[in-house]
Order: sequence, then C-alpha cells, then structure tokens
Amino acid sequence: MARAATTADAFNAVAEPRRRQILDLLADGEKPVNDLVSVLGLAQPLVSKHLRVLREVGLVEVRDSGRQRVYRLNARPLKDIHDWVSGYRRWWSERFDRMDVVLAELKESEDGDEHGDE
Amino acid sequence: MSTVTSSGTAVVTLPADNQILITREFDAPARLVWKAWTTPELIKRWWAGERGEVTSVEVDLRVGGRWRHVMVADGGFEVAFHGEYREIVEHERIVSTEVFEGMAGAHSLNTLTLTERDGRTTLTVLAEYPSKEVRDGHIESGMEGGMQESLDKLEQVAASLG
Repeated sequence: MARAATTADAFNAVAEPRRRQILDLLADGEKPVNDLVSVLGLAQPLVSKHLRVLREVGLVEVRDSGRQRVYRLNARPLKDIHDWVSGYRRWWSERFDRMDVVLAELKESEDGDEHGDE
Repeated sequence: MSTVTSSGTAVVTLPADNQILITREFDAPARLVWKAWTTPELIKRWWAGERGEVTSVEVDLRVGGRWRHVMVADGGFEVAFHGEYREIVEHERIVSTEVFEGMAGAHSLNTLTLTERDGRTTLTVLAEYPSKEVRDGHIESGMEGGMQESLDKLEQVAASLG
C-alpha cells in the first residue's frame, strides 16, 4: 500500500500528539494562533504547520479577526474515527455480554456444588 | 442468583498510535473469567458474540503453544484468528500473538490482564500493533512523540454530533 499523504484524512491528522493537543485546546472554544503558540510552547511556524494539516482535513476552521487569525474546531471529520472505534466496541461488547452468561452459569454450578472444581 | 449488570459496558480506547485497549468488568472472580477465556467448550459459547457461530477452538495453553479460533459469521463466511502464547500467569495474565487470517500484516501482540476486587474482575486486553499503519490502515508518525494521549475527548466531541 502506498503511503497515504499526511493530510489524507482525520486519522492521519490526529495521529500526531501535538495536533490532538491543539484539538483539545480548541474544544474549549476558538482561539487565536498566538494563544495556541503560548500554551503549546512550540515555535510559531511549527504550530502553523500543524494547523495547516488540521485545516486540510477540515478539523479546524479559521477566520480573520482584525489582525489575528482565529481557529475553531470542526469535529465533524472525527466521526470517521468515532465510528471506527465504535466498531471495536460493539464487537467486544457482544462477546463480553455472552461471557456474562457463561460466567453466571459457572458461578451457579459452583454454588450448587460446595466443593466446586478448584 | 447472579444478575448481569454490566451489559454493553466494554470500553475501547486508543492509548497510543499503535494500540487498542479494551476494558470490561465482570461480576465473577478472576478464576472463572480465566476459565471462560481459556476453556474451548466455553470459548465456543461467547467468542463469536452475536456475529455467528464458533466452529473450531484450539487452545494449547502453555508458553510456545498455539491457539486458533474459527467462526462462521452470519453472512456465511469464515473468520479465523490464530496465535502463540508467550507468557502465562494463571488467573492473571496472558500474553499472546494474534493473527487475523486472510489479511496480510493484520497481527498484534495482545496482553490480557485480570484484576479481581470484591469478587468482581476487571478484564483488559491491550493489543499492540507493529505500527499505526497496521492498526487502522492509516499512517503518520508523530514528530515529537513521547506523550500518550487518548482520543477519548475527541471521541466525545464526535459522539455529541449524533
């Protein structure tokens, strides 16, 4: 499989821990780029680079406010990630719900036999 | 009489780019969860979940021993996994490999942990893949790295979108 471009989709974009941190910060409300730079403690060009990647996959949107660029979260592309994780959860939940039944029977058979099968 | 109170409460998180962590509590002592997890006749009853029927279970529970589980999904197709046991601590921990047959490169190192408290057991499965690429088919290595951050918060935001 060819290596997907960095900016191909939300999965790639959030693979980078700093970009997840940026999204966490923006989840609390929109912020000018300078605020992000000071909170993250990274060089401004590096922050801008991460923001560009996030923009290209649609995870953040930007507007000009006077002389400032203000970024805000657009969580919609995260739905792909959510759905992917949910698939695993469903699969394991179904298995474990069945395990509950098996375990309940094991417990019952132990209770019925004082000496169990230890 | 035991009551099932924990239905549907498995939690899945992505602690790192190449990991999936599954957590679930059971109303049973670790000894019994272990038994359900490692006894072929019992595995047959839960391993396929609601997705089909388990048709074959092999468990050679010793370090270096192999396991293989096969199910026929409701759609009629076979799904098979196999692997090798790397570490076994009875009633506490199993480290094993897991290969999803039929998909090249789809393999992981799984660590099962059972922690009992007041007769209840928390089960976790940490699946580690050779890369994020293998984990979810998408790539991009972190430049800074180091920090493990979960996607939980992002997931909550996404979930709130309905």
